Amino acid sequence: MQLDVPSDLGMVGDAVELVASHLPPGTLPPRRISFNLRTALAEALGNAIRYGTGEDPDRVVRVHVELGHDFVRIHVVDDGRGFDPSRLPDPTHPDNLEREYGRGLFVIRHLVDDVVFNEKGNGISLTLRAG
Amino acid sequence: MRFTLKKDKSGVVVVGVEGQLIVGNRQDLKQKVLDALEDGSRKFVIDFSKTGYIDSSGLGVLVSLSKKIREQGGELRLAGLNADLQTLFELTKLDTLFAITRTAEEALAAF
Repeated sequence: MQLDVPSDLGMVGDAVELVASHLPPGTLPPRRISFNLRTALAEALGNAIRYGTGEDPDRVVRVHVELGHDFVRIHVVDDGRGFDPSRLPDPTHPDNLEREYGRGLFVIRHLVDDVVFNEKGNGISLTLRAG
Repeated sequence: MRFTLKKDKSGVVVVGVEGQLIVGNRQDLKQKVLDALEDGSRKFVIDFSKTGYIDSSGLGVLVSLSKKIREQGGELRLAGLNADLQTLFELTKLDTLFAITRTAEEALAAF
Protein backbone atom coordinates (compact mmCIF):
# COMPACT_ATOMS: atom_id res chain seq x y z
CA MET A 1 0.00 0.00 0.00
CA GLN A 2 1.33 3.41 -0.90
CA LEU A 3 -0.19 6.84 -0.57
CA ASP A 4 0.79 10.46 -0.90
CA VAL A 5 -0.60 12.51 1.95
CA PRO A 6 -1.11 16.23 1.26
CA SER A 7 0.94 18.48 3.47
CA ASP A 8 -2.06 19.47 5.55
CA LEU A 9 -2.30 18.63 9.25
CA GLY A 10 -6.06 18.29 8.83
CA MET A 11 -5.45 15.22 6.64
CA VAL A 12 -3.54 13.25 9.28
CA GLY A 13 -6.60 11.62 10.86
CA ASP A 14 -8.04 10.50 7.52
CA ALA A 15 -4.68 9.14 6.33
CA VAL A 16 -4.27 7.16 9.57
CA GLU A 17 -7.76 5.68 9.20
CA LEU A 18 -7.10 4.79 5.58
CA VAL A 19 -3.97 2.83 6.46
CA ALA A 20 -5.45 1.19 9.56
CA SER A 21 -8.64 0.13 7.82
CA HIS A 22 -6.80 -1.44 4.88
CA LEU A 23 -4.61 -3.79 6.90
CA PRO A 24 -5.62 -7.41 6.27
CA PRO A 25 -7.44 -8.91 9.29
CA GLY A 26 -5.10 -10.75 11.63
CA THR A 27 -1.96 -8.87 10.59
CA LEU A 28 -1.71 -7.37 14.07
CA PRO A 29 -3.87 -7.77 17.19
CA PRO A 30 -6.80 -5.30 16.98
CA ARG A 31 -5.58 -3.32 20.00
CA ARG A 32 -2.15 -2.82 18.40
CA ILE A 33 -3.90 -1.38 15.36
CA SER A 34 -6.48 0.70 17.19
CA PHE A 35 -3.97 2.38 19.49
CA ASN A 36 -0.27 1.77 18.82
CA LEU A 37 -0.35 1.93 15.02
CA ARG A 38 -2.79 4.82 14.81
CA THR A 39 -0.99 6.92 17.40
CA ALA A 40 2.52 6.25 16.03
CA LEU A 41 1.46 6.93 12.43
CA ALA A 42 -0.32 10.15 13.43
CA GLU A 43 2.90 11.24 15.17
CA ALA A 44 5.08 10.42 12.17
CA LEU A 45 2.75 12.14 9.72
CA GLY A 46 2.31 15.18 11.94
CA ASN A 47 6.08 15.57 12.29
CA ALA A 48 6.67 15.12 8.56
CA ILE A 49 4.01 17.66 7.60
CA ARG A 50 4.90 20.24 10.22
CA TYR A 51 8.69 20.05 10.18
CA GLY A 52 9.48 18.28 6.89
CA THR A 53 7.18 19.88 4.34
CA GLY A 54 6.34 22.97 6.40
CA GLU A 55 2.59 22.55 5.76
CA ASP A 56 3.24 23.60 2.16
CA PRO A 57 0.10 22.62 0.20
CA ASP A 58 2.15 21.92 -2.92
CA ARG A 59 4.14 19.18 -1.21
CA VAL A 60 3.23 15.67 -0.07
CA VAL A 61 4.40 13.13 2.47
CA ARG A 62 4.92 9.61 1.12
CA VAL A 63 3.61 6.64 3.08
CA HIS A 64 4.51 3.08 2.14
CA VAL A 65 3.11 0.16 4.09
CA GLU A 66 5.02 -3.12 3.98
CA LEU A 67 3.19 -6.21 5.17
CA GLY A 68 5.02 -9.26 6.47
CA HIS A 69 3.81 -12.55 7.87
CA ASP A 70 3.83 -11.23 11.41
CA PHE A 71 4.68 -7.56 11.12
CA VAL A 72 3.66 -4.25 9.59
CA ARG A 73 6.32 -1.75 8.63
CA ILE A 74 5.30 1.79 7.73
CA HIS A 75 7.70 4.12 5.98
CA VAL A 76 6.94 7.84 6.18
CA VAL A 77 9.16 10.08 4.04
CA ASP A 78 9.02 13.80 3.42
CA ASP A 79 11.11 15.94 1.05
CA GLY A 80 12.48 18.16 3.79
CA ARG A 81 16.03 18.62 5.04
CA GLY A 82 15.74 15.99 7.74
CA PHE A 83 16.78 16.22 11.36
CA ASP A 84 19.04 14.52 13.87
CA PRO A 85 16.82 12.36 16.11
CA SER A 86 19.60 11.94 18.67
CA ARG A 87 19.50 15.63 19.59
CA LEU A 88 16.04 15.74 21.10
CA PRO A 89 15.63 16.54 24.81
CA ASP A 90 13.96 14.10 27.19
CA PRO A 91 10.31 15.25 27.46
CA THR A 92 9.90 13.52 30.82
CA HIS A 93 12.64 15.61 32.47
CA PRO A 94 11.00 17.88 35.09
CA ASP A 95 12.23 20.98 33.20
CA ASN A 96 10.44 19.82 30.04
CA LEU A 97 7.25 18.37 31.48
CA GLU A 98 5.16 21.51 30.97
CA ARG A 99 6.36 22.11 27.42
CA GLU A 100 3.69 21.88 24.75
CA TYR A 101 5.94 20.23 22.16
CA GLY A 102 8.71 17.64 22.02
CA ARG A 103 7.00 14.33 22.91
CA GLY A 104 6.39 12.93 19.42
CA LEU A 105 9.43 10.74 18.89
CA PHE A 106 9.44 9.69 22.54
CA VAL A 107 5.85 8.45 22.13
CA ILE A 108 6.63 6.67 18.86
CA ARG A 109 9.57 4.82 20.40
CA HIS A 110 7.32 3.47 23.15
CA LEU A 111 4.48 2.38 20.89
CA VAL A 112 6.24 0.46 18.14
CA ASP A 113 8.75 -2.40 18.19
CA ASP A 114 11.38 -0.79 16.00
CA VAL A 115 12.13 2.73 14.75
CA VAL A 116 14.66 3.41 12.02
CA PHE A 117 15.55 6.73 10.40
CA ASN A 118 17.08 7.07 6.99
CA GLU A 119 20.49 8.67 6.71
CA LYS A 120 19.20 12.11 5.77
CA GLY A 121 16.74 12.13 8.67
CA ASN A 122 13.70 12.85 6.51
CA GLY A 123 12.31 9.34 6.61
CA ILE A 124 11.17 7.11 9.44
CA SER A 125 10.26 3.43 9.41
CA LEU A 126 7.97 2.10 12.09
CA THR A 127 7.73 -1.65 12.66
CA LEU A 128 4.95 -3.26 14.67
CA ARG A 129 5.10 -7.00 15.24
CA ALA A 130 2.20 -9.31 15.96
CA GLY A 131 3.85 -11.14 18.85
CA MET B 1 -14.11 13.20 15.67
CA ARG B 2 -16.16 15.62 17.66
CA PHE B 3 -15.91 17.76 20.76
CA THR B 4 -18.91 18.39 22.98
CA LEU B 5 -19.13 20.97 25.75
CA LYS B 6 -21.70 20.79 28.53
CA LYS B 7 -21.92 22.84 31.68
CA ASP B 8 -23.20 21.01 34.75
CA LYS B 9 -25.40 22.65 37.37
CA SER B 10 -22.41 23.68 39.50
CA GLY B 11 -20.78 25.43 36.55
CA VAL B 12 -18.16 22.82 35.65
CA VAL B 13 -17.59 22.53 31.91
CA VAL B 14 -17.40 18.90 30.75
CA VAL B 15 -15.70 18.47 27.40
CA GLY B 16 -16.23 15.19 25.57
CA VAL B 17 -13.66 14.03 23.03
CA GLU B 18 -15.12 11.58 20.54
CA GLY B 19 -12.69 9.82 18.20
CA GLN B 20 -9.19 11.18 18.49
CA LEU B 21 -7.31 14.20 19.76
CA ILE B 22 -4.46 14.74 17.34
CA VAL B 23 -2.46 17.31 15.42
CA GLY B 24 -5.31 17.90 12.97
CA ASN B 25 -8.02 18.83 15.45
CA ARG B 26 -6.25 19.95 18.61
CA GLN B 27 -6.73 23.63 17.84
CA ASP B 28 -10.52 23.15 17.72
CA LEU B 29 -10.48 21.75 21.23
CA LYS B 30 -8.14 24.46 22.44
CA GLN B 31 -10.31 27.23 21.04
CA LYS B 32 -13.51 25.77 22.50
CA VAL B 33 -12.00 25.56 25.98
CA LEU B 34 -10.37 29.00 25.74
CA ASP B 35 -13.72 30.48 24.68
CA ALA B 36 -15.37 28.97 27.76
CA LEU B 37 -12.52 30.29 29.91
CA GLU B 38 -12.98 33.73 28.38
CA ASP B 39 -16.69 33.50 29.19
CA GLY B 40 -15.89 33.02 32.86
CA SER B 41 -15.79 29.24 33.33
CA ARG B 42 -12.96 28.12 35.61
CA LYS B 43 -13.53 24.42 36.26
CA PHE B 44 -13.11 21.95 33.42
CA VAL B 45 -13.28 18.19 32.97
CA ILE B 46 -12.14 16.60 29.74
CA ASP B 47 -13.83 13.23 29.33
CA PHE B 48 -11.89 10.73 27.19
CA SER B 49 -14.27 7.79 27.62
CA LYS B 50 -15.12 7.93 23.90
CA THR B 51 -11.57 8.65 22.71
CA GLY B 52 -9.61 6.18 20.61
CA TYR B 53 -6.17 7.75 20.61
CA ILE B 54 -4.26 10.93 21.46
CA ASP B 55 -1.00 11.97 19.83
CA SER B 56 1.72 14.17 21.31
CA SER B 57 0.13 17.31 19.85
CA GLY B 58 -3.05 16.43 21.70
CA LEU B 59 -1.06 15.90 24.89
CA GLY B 60 0.66 19.24 24.31
CA VAL B 61 -2.64 21.06 24.00
CA LEU B 62 -3.79 19.59 27.30
CA VAL B 63 -0.58 20.83 28.95
CA SER B 64 -1.09 24.28 27.44
CA LEU B 65 -4.76 24.46 28.45
CA SER B 66 -3.99 23.32 31.97
CA LYS B 67 -1.47 26.15 32.35
CA LYS B 68 -3.83 28.78 30.98
CA ILE B 69 -6.69 27.61 33.19
CA ARG B 70 -4.45 27.59 36.28
CA GLU B 71 -3.25 31.11 35.46
CA GLN B 72 -6.90 32.20 35.65
CA GLY B 73 -7.35 30.50 39.02
CA GLY B 74 -9.14 27.50 37.57
CA GLU B 75 -8.55 23.79 37.30
CA LEU B 76 -8.56 21.18 34.55
CA ARG B 77 -9.24 17.53 35.36
CA LEU B 78 -9.05 14.55 33.03
CA ALA B 79 -11.33 11.51 33.13
CA GLY B 80 -12.27 8.32 31.35
CA LEU B 81 -8.83 7.25 30.07
CA ASN B 82 -8.77 3.68 28.80
CA ALA B 83 -5.81 1.43 29.67
CA ASP B 84 -3.78 2.45 26.60
CA LEU B 85 -4.33 6.17 27.17
CA GLN B 86 -3.52 5.80 30.87
CA THR B 87 -0.24 4.15 29.88
CA LEU B 88 0.48 7.02 27.48
CA PHE B 89 0.06 9.54 30.30
CA GLU B 90 2.24 7.44 32.59
CA LEU B 91 5.12 6.97 30.15
CA THR B 92 5.18 10.70 29.37
CA LYS B 93 4.86 11.39 33.12
CA LEU B 94 1.90 13.65 32.39
CA ASP B 95 -0.05 11.64 34.95
CA THR B 96 1.96 13.65 37.50
CA LEU B 97 0.77 16.93 35.99
CA PHE B 98 -2.97 16.27 35.84
CA ALA B 99 -5.66 15.20 38.26
CA ILE B 100 -7.00 12.08 36.55
CA THR B 101 -10.14 10.24 37.61
CA ARG B 102 -11.78 7.07 36.33
CA THR B 103 -15.01 8.77 35.30
CA ALA B 104 -16.25 12.29 34.60
CA GLU B 105 -18.68 11.89 37.50
CA GLU B 106 -15.78 11.28 39.87
CA ALA B 107 -13.99 14.34 38.52
CA LEU B 108 -17.11 16.47 39.06
CA ALA B 109 -17.54 15.16 42.58
CA ALA B 110 -13.92 16.04 43.39
CA PHE B 111 -14.34 19.76 42.63
